[in-house]
Amino acid sequence: MTLHQLTSSRFKQQAAKALEDEVLQDNLVKLKGNFLQRRANARESLPEFDDLRDIAVGIKTHTLEHLDLYLEAFENAVEASGGHVHWARDDAEARNLVLAICRAENAKTVTKGKTMVGEEIGLNAYLEANGITPVETDLGEYIIQLAGEPPSHIIAPAIHKNRQQVAELFNDHHPDLADRGPDDVDGLLADARAVLRQRFLKADVGITGANFLIAETGQTVIVTNEGNGDLTQLLPRVHLVVAGIEKVVPSLEDATSIMRILARSGTGQEMSSYTSFSAGTRRPGDIDGPEAFHVVLVDNGRSALLGSPTEEILRCIRCGCCLNACPVYGKVGGHAYGSTYSGPVGAVLTPALAGLAETNHLPNASSLCGRCEAVCPMRIPIPKMLRHLREEEARSGRAPAAARNGLSLWAAFAKRPGLYRWATNLAMCVLAGRAGKRGRFASLPGAGAWTRDRDLAAPQGTSFQTRWKKGERPGTWA
Amino acid sequence: MTEPVSSPRVALLVTCLVDLFRPTVGFATVKLLEDAGCTVEVPLQSCCGQPAYNSGERDHAMAIARTMLDAFEGYDHVVAPSGSCAGMVIRHYPELFAGTEDEARAADLAGRTWELTRYLVEVAGMTTVDARCDATVTIHDSCSCLRETGTREQPRALLASVEGLTLAEATDRDICCGFGGTFAAKYPDISAAMARDKADRLEETGADLALAADLGCLLNIVGTLKRRGSRVEVRHIAEVLAGDLETPAIAEPGR
Repeated sequence: MTLHQLTSSRFKQQAAKALEDEVLQDNLVKLKGNFLQRRANARESLPEFDDLRDIAVGIKTHTLEHLDLYLEAFENAVEASGGHVHWARDDAEARNLVLAICRAENAKTVTKGKTMVGEEIGLNAYLEANGITPVETDLGEYIIQLAGEPPSHIIAPAIHKNRQQVAELFNDHHPDLADRGPDDVDGLLADARAVLRQRFLKADVGITGANFLIAETGQTVIVTNEGNGDLTQLLPRVHLVVAGIEKVVPSLEDATSIMRILARSGTGQEMSSYTSFSAGTRRPGDIDGPEAFHVVLVDNGRSALLGSPTEEILRCIRCGCCLNACPVYGKVGGHAYGSTYSGPVGAVLTPALAGLAETNHLPNASSLCGRCEAVCPMRIPIPKMLRHLREEEARSGRAPAAARNGLSLWAAFAKRPGLYRWATNLAMCVLAGRAGKRGRFASLPGAGAWTRDRDLAAPQGTSFQTRWKKGERPGTWA
Repeated sequence: MTEPVSSPRVALLVTCLVDLFRPTVGFATVKLLEDAGCTVEVPLQSCCGQPAYNSGERDHAMAIARTMLDAFEGYDHVVAPSGSCAGMVIRHYPELFAGTEDEARAADLAGRTWELTRYLVEVAGMTTVDARCDATVTIHDSCSCLRETGTREQPRALLASVEGLTLAEATDRDICCGFGGTFAAKYPDISAAMARDKADRLEETGADLALAADLGCLLNIVGTLKRRGSRVEVRHIAEVLAGDLETPAIAEPGR
């Protein structure tokens, strides 16, 4: 099982590159200030926000406990409204199902609303390799499609790019349109709109993701801020939805309950600008709607998480809030993670779905500060799951030997407090002697990783426990 | 007539970083606890086991944590000058020992363990301290204080009673300084970048002195400030509350 184009094993190198990229660092600073402050404001103006979180957690927990039943109910409801549900065990099956549907429709061009699962299964590259042109219609997705990059953020895929970079991309890729400067935001938007409008009209199939699948009604739901999702699903003859199986909720009311915290958590909006419910095919008398409606339900490792210590990550509603809160994401950006899902949620979800062999950096590259859990609308205990994955890594024997040996040596002392007190006191006295009266070290053999960027404060000398045992008490400094 | 109040028997969880790097924080903590009317004892101890726990070495973590369960048996309260070590005991010991024969002991210890400033204010009922510090100070809220031990207002309430002290709050003070225990060792580049951001925010306040309740954060922050030649000094909050400004600030030359 691999997630598409996983480069998480190069996390360290990718992170180092990101830290040196001054433009990226500027762009990331802007991100930090925006979304999270807006979330805080939205939360403040909705006193029942935390109650809604509990309700949302309850809905998802219940659904995951009965996932098979709700998925079957969803399938039946979709079929009853003239649509078809297809089941994909893994990414390859999902890609092939989508391709088969497109081919059956003799599709040349497909428009795509934003879908993270589409990214997860590598859909665009596969369609292109098979002669079908996919066009992303979400502005952020469109930008990164032009750049040939994966998304760097769950809800703001091109957050790592500034206006200058976007203007350059557009000028390169829109040869029929006038060159635009980075300050001409309206012009840049108008260009994207003009180009995409033609694509919408030409598309044979419209592919969207889904924020929710409603078992009761067979509806799929997308929330967007650009209306591109509506055009993607309404204009082409065929609407194809690609979604993870964990997106199902029992009822319309459940979906709308969770929606109340989704946009507030992600962008700080009360609601997204557009919330679209798709229910099967066009019925007699309908003025619009697709002639065919397909839903590809993707497992790709999800069902294996049910009942496992990482099951709770399946509650995630992809609001991106944990990315906005995470200080590590804020320094290295999404691409460093080398996975469709970046940030705290990705650090759990990617290893959970793809295994730890190539992804072991992700659960380790966290200070476990807990800010992600504090803001998560679905109260997902991300630090707890990161620790679990670290345990799994330690058990597998894959953790770096140097770190494990160092820890074992230290543990051997820590398990014997008397020996520990003696040995650590000796070590501190030696270290303090070496520092003399300088108070700190600018470099110290064995502490290279620390002292490359920081001084190391020198210990005061004799340890507290040793001084206490000798009878020293407060007031000796007075 | 008021009932005679017996002095609570409090064990100091000194924390390994305080024990090894800055014993004077341990003495300042003892002074504060004694001023609050506690009888303080220091049972023989090593470490709370958090480095092993956060590294996925559950067996090591449990073996070390068991020495803590033994060491702190029978005390009314256990107090640590650290949100991180207190948080390990309060939040993570129950999880660590769930389903084992030590489950009840772990839950019991968790229920008796406190971060220092929260203990002083909420349990010991301390409202003022007898201390003077003529400086503008800023506080870094450690992640574990904020999110594991419910400590944010208590240190501020106590600092408000320190004569001569002016508090200048920093922006982003709820954001991690990048220490994260083994994180700083495993991912030093990212950790250092986070620490530089933190140092920027602390310096922006114009404070003379930066305080925190966790020595891990403080070592990270001071190392970053001093590397850039910052004039901002750094201390554990217990030192200021206990009135110990004689000890050179962290990483400052001795006399």
